[in-house]
Amino acid sequence: MIIVVDILRFQPEQPAGSRHDRFEVEAEPASRLLDVLVHIQRRVDPTLVFRRSCGHGVCGSDAMIINGQERLACKTLVRDVAAGPGSIVTVEPLRNLRVMRDLAVDQGPFFERYRAVKPYLMAPEAGPEARERLQTPDERSVIEDATNCILCAACFSACPVVGGVDPNFIGPAAVVQASRFQDDSRDRGFAERLGVLDRPDGVWPCENRFACTRVCPRGIKVTKLINLTKRRVAEFKASNAGRSRGSA
Amino acid sequence: MGGAGGIVLHEHDAVIIGAGGAGLYAALRASHRVRTAVLSKVHPLRSHTGAAQGGIGAALGNIEEDRPEWHAFDTVKGGDYLTDQSAALILADEAVKAVIDLERRGLPFNRTPDGRIDQRRFGGHTRNFGEAAVRRSCYAGDRTGHMILQTLYQQCIKNEVAFFDEFHVIDVVFDGRSCSGVAAVELATGDLHFFRAKAVLLATGGFGRMYQVTSNAFASTGDGPAVLARRGVPLEDMEFFQFHPTGLRGLGILITEAVRGEGGVLRNRAGERFMERYSPKLLDLAPRDIVSRAIVAEIREGRGFAGDGSAGDYVVLDATALGKETLEAKLPDITGFCRTYLGIDPAATPIPVLPTAHYAMGGIPTDDRGRVAGWTPGEFYPGLYAAGECACVSVHGANRLGTNSLVDLVVFGRRAGDHMAEFAAGSGSVRAGSDELEFARDRIARLRGGGGSPDATADDLRRRMERAMMDKVGIVRRGPDMAEAVEELKELRDGWRNVRPRDAARGFNAETLEILELGNLLDLAYVTAVSALARTESRGSHAREDHPGRDDANWLRHTLARLEGDRVATSYRPVDLSRWKPAPRTY
Repeated sequence: MIIVVDILRFQPEQPAGSRHDRFEVEAEPASRLLDVLVHIQRRVDPTLVFRRSCGHGVCGSDAMIINGQERLACKTLVRDVAAGPGSIVTVEPLRNLRVMRDLAVDQGPFFERYRAVKPYLMAPEAGPEARERLQTPDERSVIEDATNCILCAACFSACPVVGGVDPNFIGPAAVVQASRFQDDSRDRGFAERLGVLDRPDGVWPCENRFACTRVCPRGIKVTKLINLTKRRVAEFKASNAGRSRGSA
Repeated sequence: MGGAGGIVLHEHDAVIIGAGGAGLYAALRASHRVRTAVLSKVHPLRSHTGAAQGGIGAALGNIEEDRPEWHAFDTVKGGDYLTDQSAALILADEAVKAVIDLERRGLPFNRTPDGRIDQRRFGGHTRNFGEAAVRRSCYAGDRTGHMILQTLYQQCIKNEVAFFDEFHVIDVVFDGRSCSGVAAVELATGDLHFFRAKAVLLATGGFGRMYQVTSNAFASTGDGPAVLARRGVPLEDMEFFQFHPTGLRGLGILITEAVRGEGGVLRNRAGERFMERYSPKLLDLAPRDIVSRAIVAEIREGRGFAGDGSAGDYVVLDATALGKETLEAKLPDITGFCRTYLGIDPAATPIPVLPTAHYAMGGIPTDDRGRVAGWTPGEFYPGLYAAGECACVSVHGANRLGTNSLVDLVVFGRRAGDHMAEFAAGSGSVRAGSDELEFARDRIARLRGGGGSPDATADDLRRRMERAMMDKVGIVRRGPDMAEAVEELKELRDGWRNVRPRDAARGFNAETLEILELGNLLDLAYVTAVSALARTESRGSHAREDHPGRDDANWLRHTLARLEGDRVATSYRPVDLSRWKPAPRTY
């Protein structure tokens, strides 16, 4: 069927600023929206820019706003967003990050916040016997949800706090990453991560609006993980009576 | 950093190109000893290692008795005896240590009830030299690669490795025979950068994008091997390209072999478990080349679901016996792929599948420390290294076993990282004359400023390349077809020289990047087709109707193929057979 793809363009070399371009294209209902964008880029307008790599929802490259909501273009089928022939599908770059060209945004600030939570296992060095650490299936299942994160930044874009009340909020993805380690039975780095999580722009600005959970293409219960992290920080502070405050 | 002649200059001891499993592991090791930089075309977390699903093989013996020697033997036999046997023993031995190391770095493996790393069956992995399937694959759900990539990147952050994200390699620069650095384009600005270095490691991954249907990412365009081929470095065993038996029909998206490891079976239209006829002992867990050929045979003989042998014909992977619970717990991602792309629930409905171009066994020839070997036996390029899918050690021979790609990344990524650091620490500063950068400058100068015509586009050439490779250098091959493919690829390479982009922008010029990538794919497709045409036997993934048998007397040897302008020269190297005598390959 023929659909109309309306893309919000921005090309820094053109002084007019951003504009909407409409492309009328033939698209199979079962095709990925990514296939449609690739077709436009290769066959219609070679100046169109967007990131893509794996094409099946595991690398996190092609998060964008499709019909007003954050989605991965490769995990969105045409029939999911176009009701029928002539439907208009709107495509825009992610919010809350600077647009560099068309749908490509500056991922720098997003990954800076990711790094700020020290997203790596902190645990005593390996013993001489060099066996794996033990972890029961139950202990492991606690972190299952958070380990699904592909850092596509959809949640960061959808977050109304980052987009309004507190632009410096560390954001949902960074908290998910922190929770992935703080809830890992092998990790001993809670105190080291406390500093960044307990800052005014750490975990606290979250207002439970659930936008992150709604848009997560991996189905992670992001808001729940943020609330669990808030609770862990509060409990840790209560039981340590402020002793670890200055540690990070 | 500084500028000279419009080129941004950098200086490091070690430079690594590619930030998948091999590149990141090498970076972790090298950065402890020398000033190391990692260049990656995509952000490291977007690397294609992240798409690996089923597991990483290691003889931990957590579930049942297992030995590295059995793993090595399976690797050799799986490779149809083209595997270098000392390298396979290193792979299997060090796999155990590598998996433990990944766990200790935080990788969330699935666990046994008593808390050890859980293991499951995978194709071609057996106990006691082929007796029966063994549980050797260590896994994190069906996203083991995703967790390896994340864990290694996390460790690189912890160790403050320097990254240059979204840089595309254009050329590797030499001073005489010694490697002296890398020329790369920064995608955001279009600027050319030169990274002077004492040691350079290529870890750019695969090149499945030369085929029409592939499990590979858009980024898998073989940039490393192609750059070296144009510098006269030979490529090894390029005719061996693996088709994974179970790609989602029409899309090529990978459905992991772990589905069969957990009990899924392939069926034809009559509902027959047809692998019983092709591999009586291992059945659906036979190595991938055998299963892919079996699927092709079923379809050709009219037992596909369409029954007409058409391009859309297919067989099914029946996972209904696994039940919802196992699928959700151990294979959640592929369950999601089936729902998203085909609208089916694999717990209730068998999955339509077809083979998909998946993995290059061949690539840049290296020794077991990652050193790149030259045309003359015993000759190496000082300071030049390769690891991962772009390299050919060779541990995979004529057909790679499932789980061994992740083992390869970790084991040989680590070894190459150690060795390049040692080399860089022990060598003086390198020299790179400005004339050495001319090649890189020329290659991109022609593509600057737009002016291309809509009548001669890279897209037309790419489609013809993908079709030629799929139809003529695919799962089952014939001499005359391959000869046609060689001629067509010559034409396409000529055509490529006249393609210019229409987009005149400097920064984020996606069209120019695709033209450069296509140039790489065309060079590698050409070398692949020529290497395949020359090998007049069937071995592993290289199956010829006109030469159906394995011919050890004439062909138990590695191919070296060197691009010399418009022709390809071939030469052959002995296989390391130090441990096991070649035997018929039955499963």
